Amino acid sequence: MSEASAPVAHHGPPQSFIRKHVFSLDHKVIGKQYYALALVAVVTGMVLSWLMRIHLVWPNAPIPGLGLLSKTGAPGGVMTPEYYLSLMTMHGTLMVFFVLTNAPFAAFGNYFLPIQIGAEDMAFPRFNMMSFWTTFIAFVILISAFFVGDGPPLAGWTAYAPLSAVGKDSGPGEGLGQTLWGLSIFVFCIASLLGALNFIATTLDLRTKGMTLARMPISTWAWFITSCISLLAFAVLMPACLLLILDRTAGTSFFIPSGLNISDHLQPHQGGSPLLWQHLFWFFGHPEVYIAILPAIGIVSHILINSMRKPMLSHKAIIYCMMGIGFLSYMVWGHHMFLSGMNPFSALVFSFPTLMITIPATIMTLIWLGSLYGSRLRITAASLFALGFISMFVSGGVSGFFLAQPSIDIYLHATYFVVGHFHMVMGVAAIFGIFSGTYFWFPKMTGHMMNENLGKLHFWLTFIGTYCIFMPFHYLGLAGNVRRYSAFSDDFLVPLIPVHKFITYAALFTGAAQLIFLYNLLYSRFKGAVAPANPWECTSLEWVMPSPPPWDNFGGKHVVVYHDPYQYGDVQSSTGDYLMQDSPERAGQTP
Amino acid sequence: MRGNMGGKVFAVIVIVIALLSAVPIITHTFLGATVAPPEDISTHGPQIDKQIDDTMLEAGLSFLAAQIVLGFFVWGAGGKKDAKLKNFPGGARYLVLAAILLVGAEAIALGALGTKAWGDVYFKTAAADAIPIQVQAGQFAFYFRYPGPDGKYGAIHPEKIDEGNSNFFGLDPENDVPARDDITSGEMVIPVNKEIHLMMHAKDVGHSFYVRELRIQQDFVPGLDLSLHFTATKVGKYEIVCTQLCGLGHYNMKAYLNVMSQDDYDKWLKAQSS
Amino acid sequence: MATTLQPPQTEKARELRPRGGNGAGGVQGPPTGGELRNLADRPGETARTGIWVALAAIGMTFAALTSALYVREGAATDWQHIALPGVLWFNTLALIASSVTLEIARRRVSAYMRERGTDRSSSTFWLNATLALGVVFVIGQYMAWLKLRSEGLYLPTNPNSSFFYVFTGVHAVHVLGGLGGLTRLVVKFRNRSLRRSTMDATSYYWHFMGALWLYLMFILWVKL
Repeated sequence: MSEASAPVAHHGPPQSFIRKHVFSLDHKVIGKQYYALALVAVVTGMVLSWLMRIHLVWPNAPIPGLGLLSKTGAPGGVMTPEYYLSLMTMHGTLMVFFVLTNAPFAAFGNYFLPIQIGAEDMAFPRFNMMSFWTTFIAFVILISAFFVGDGPPLAGWTAYAPLSAVGKDSGPGEGLGQTLWGLSIFVFCIASLLGALNFIATTLDLRTKGMTLARMPISTWAWFITSCISLLAFAVLMPACLLLILDRTAGTSFFIPSGLNISDHLQPHQGGSPLLWQHLFWFFGHPEVYIAILPAIGIVSHILINSMRKPMLSHKAIIYCMMGIGFLSYMVWGHHMFLSGMNPFSALVFSFPTLMITIPATIMTLIWLGSLYGSRLRITAASLFALGFISMFVSGGVSGFFLAQPSIDIYLHATYFVVGHFHMVMGVAAIFGIFSGTYFWFPKMTGHMMNENLGKLHFWLTFIGTYCIFMPFHYLGLAGNVRRYSAFSDDFLVPLIPVHKFITYAALFTGAAQLIFLYNLLYSRFKGAVAPANPWECTSLEWVMPSPPPWDNFGGKHVVVYHDPYQYGDVQSSTGDYLMQDSPERAGQTP
Repeated sequence: MRGNMGGKVFAVIVIVIALLSAVPIITHTFLGATVAPPEDISTHGPQIDKQIDDTMLEAGLSFLAAQIVLGFFVWGAGGKKDAKLKNFPGGARYLVLAAILLVGAEAIALGALGTKAWGDVYFKTAAADAIPIQVQAGQFAFYFRYPGPDGKYGAIHPEKIDEGNSNFFGLDPENDVPARDDITSGEMVIPVNKEIHLMMHAKDVGHSFYVRELRIQQDFVPGLDLSLHFTATKVGKYEIVCTQLCGLGHYNMKAYLNVMSQDDYDKWLKAQSS
Repeated sequence: MATTLQPPQTEKARELRPRGGNGAGGVQGPPTGGELRNLADRPGETARTGIWVALAAIGMTFAALTSALYVREGAATDWQHIALPGVLWFNTLALIASSVTLEIARRRVSAYMRERGTDRSSSTFWLNATLALGVVFVIGQYMAWLKLRSEGLYLPTNPNSSFFYVFTGVHAVHVLGGLGGLTRLVVKFRNRSLRRSTMDATSYYWHFMGALWLYLMFILWVKL
């Protein structure tokens, strides 16, 4: 093996302000930029959800300030039905793309993947910088949809054709806003592909001496597997968005059949297939939800092990399960389309692998639970969110068990049961992964500790609050409460409004609780206690250097790795009950 | 602070939440409640309901077990800094095996059992003597069409649709003989205990047909001729609602399914023809 | 080194070797003075991995478009076969020829770097030839579009023409990117700052564009 085991830095230390903080090639800065963008997106998305929830239970109430955002969408502050759908579309789009793909994957992954494998930076720092700024451009394009004449699109984050494809005729919100949506997502795909490219090449080629694939932390494995999934998924969404934009602007008919009379206009298109859009979209869309959850699984597992002071019963099993989920994720997209009019036999074909995903998910859950037994669990804000993740992952997962069966889906499709399911796994569990990662890695990223008491308070309020919000969704779904309705006027829906009121109060309360987190984040950034290099006594390489790390991560040192990252417990090391990965001390037998 | 106070609080809260979550399910099962599927009025519905109940039992028990175990293990973990570390008996091996065998078997069983329920709705073709009704979904209403005494539908001409003059289907009775006796209705009227063959046509964008009590749901796909068949078993009025986002009026897009006795249905049909 | 540490019982002890192309050895060290015979790849050079990953994504994009083609054909009754403009065959030849010239260039550059005869001008000639043939291809594609337009076949005219423009257009965009990469090769070679891995990666990309074009010609000919 050659002696020059770590790559020479691609770029020197940044000099100017622009190079240091704006157009930075440093993966750490880029990671923080992604995090900041995700923060803006999540606050926007959360405010949108408040507006939605308020409208659902008080449809005629004027909402202060809303009339300023859109005179046509909310005249006098009273939301129109189309504006509700537009806000819902933007909520979903922002959350799925700009929060759940950005924060656990692009933000934390960019910051910590190179460090956890002992590299000085990503493989392609310029592409990395481009991928962030391209994401930013996609974000700006999306937000601009709020300000165009016809308003933001209203076809949902799933943008089914022909509603999304024919243009203005299909109604308000389907003018320029929908085209901007398509363009924004197209650009986002480019950014994601650049990001995935970097993650994969870095993981394969830039691991430091001694860092075999088997010795990578679970979080690194999660980012790596996610980037592989991402590469193939976004490569399919891109042409889909292109075809959608062409249908809207160039008169093609990829997704629009003939003979459509919309708003008394006979549409000139012919021969297209609305199902084609669904197939392309969900071929991307299902792997996308695993792109959202896998990094959280990796982050939470990594943090749990550190908090338990003992390794998982088998961290290899967790890694294989993540791989299995990644592989299976490409075989199940049709479970979003059981009732779409595709061949009913294919429903059974898709149902089988969907049910099979239960197996790796259960293996992981059992291993987390089994590993907790007999551990020396340390309760911190980070570990509480990790434990909360397990609870939420179970809750969200079991509802999937219903939806995976086509016969049950006949009843539950397009009801709040589905909304409850994906909010629990994505809107809560994945977000808990982000919170856990934040509390854990904030000291390393900023050099300051966050306030633990505020963090724990944030956890309790959010854990209870999110259960109060999303558990009732499942009961509403069982009652047949249809989703994507801007008001509940049907006979069978009116009696359910009290449940919706409870949910709205819980949502506003939980939303307010997030202010604690924001305050903690901002205050600690400037006034928090100084963070030592390794406040959590963690073994992985990011804790080797001071907080925050120097620009080239390891100060020019070529780190050498001697063992796996989960040497906790009775390891007889000089540091106590753990052994750093770069410590040449012998790894002891784990209990 | 290294004590496990936070862990014990977590354990209590997670177990309480799990038990509270089970309450509405249990009260529905034993007492009946609003937040539950309504009474089923279709011939294929009981199979679907059984599937839901079986899944609820297995999923519900798994949910409770996992949350309670999580609570117990977190309660017991931690404590003194030098507490002896213990490993779960058997390590990962039995857990992995249990997951694969038990969950795998459960998943396969439920999947296999559900196939019949699915097949009854989708694999069987409508009976030869099923009553044909066409439903057209458009922004934002459902319209139903009966073929009339000649048993044939007139052709749909999208360019002739004129809602102002109640020509919802774009029929051309002047030039198209079968269209002359077609009956159009804003309400879906059917006789009880007779199979209905529902042919679904989308006028503009995607919609979906959903009747909770019938345990039936199917998307309308523009450009595709899809159909459903079912038999209603109880007289009454039920809501048909759209469940596929179709624009601003989606929340309001509905019609009534009126299940009548055979006599009442015949009377109604005769009244429509005249 | 492997003997001085105790691998934990659950680990595989396999170490990573840095990736290298053909003969990643050669003269080590950074360039001296102005005359550079080669620029060694850094250990852990990532360009080749990077390009394979990028090609996987591009391949997936065309797989998605292909499946869109099949589904669209199955969905409708308005499939009207179009005659492929004859210039496409000429363009195909140009693109294949450019791959040949690129391979010749690559071997010449590689030999030059290993100080085994052949002067710089030969490598430069073949690189420039590749670039020229690539430009010929793009111009030829544009002429194919003009031909279709003259027959009244525009982007929205029928599904066949739509797919024709989309497939050839998306491919052409990627070829333009490849031309950018080739230009970078020419410039770097002239400035004596070309690395082996850059040469290899750019070549893989360009050959992939050629192979992809052969696949597209087949699909267009059979389906459209």
